[in-house]
Amino acid sequence: MLNIAIITSCVMVCTALLLSLYRLLRGPSVPDRILALDTLYINSIALLILLGIFLQSNLYYEAALLIALMGFMGTLALSKYLLRGDIME
Amino acid sequence: MLEILLSILILLGGFFTLVGSLGLFKLPDFYMRLHGPTKASTLGVGAVLVASAIHFSVKTGGISLHEVLVTLFLFITAPVSAHLMAKAALHIKVRQEKRTLNKSDQEE
Repeated sequence: MLNIAIITSCVMVCTALLLSLYRLLRGPSVPDRILALDTLYINSIALLILLGIFLQSNLYYEAALLIALMGFMGTLALSKYLLRGDIME
Repeated sequence: MLEILLSILILLGGFFTLVGSLGLFKLPDFYMRLHGPTKASTLGVGAVLVASAIHFSVKTGGISLHEVLVTLFLFITAPVSAHLMAKAALHIKVRQEKRTLNKSDQEE
């Protein structure tokens, strides 16, 4: 039963990834693309954690934590660049 | 019993993640689109992470706190990044839906 739930949830998360990929490629403005990237990394964290439960492995948290850290930094840097025209002043 | 609880949490997480991205896909302007991912997706990932924490706590017989770390980090950073993105969008004056403007701005 847990396996069925995990697979169903994986399908949902992958659909979510595709929808945000559409917004990343299509997005009419630059903040839209930044938001789509933000959503992509959050969804990929969910996918990694689901894979970790599915494979009964503890190894995937480190990857998830790294993605969370680097993704946040990326969003911060891109928004800052739009706001100021420069990342470090 | 435990398996049912975990399944419900995982399905709920997947559902909310999907709703968040659907909002990003469907809503008409940037300020509306900002709502979907930054609220619903964060909640969805939180539910999946809680399910994972419960699963590994039961499996190893101790308390597994890695997931709580990721959850905490996401819940702290999501509002910050949403705020910065909204600020950047206001700065470069992203197109706004007409009916969400103030009355005085609509007349211009």
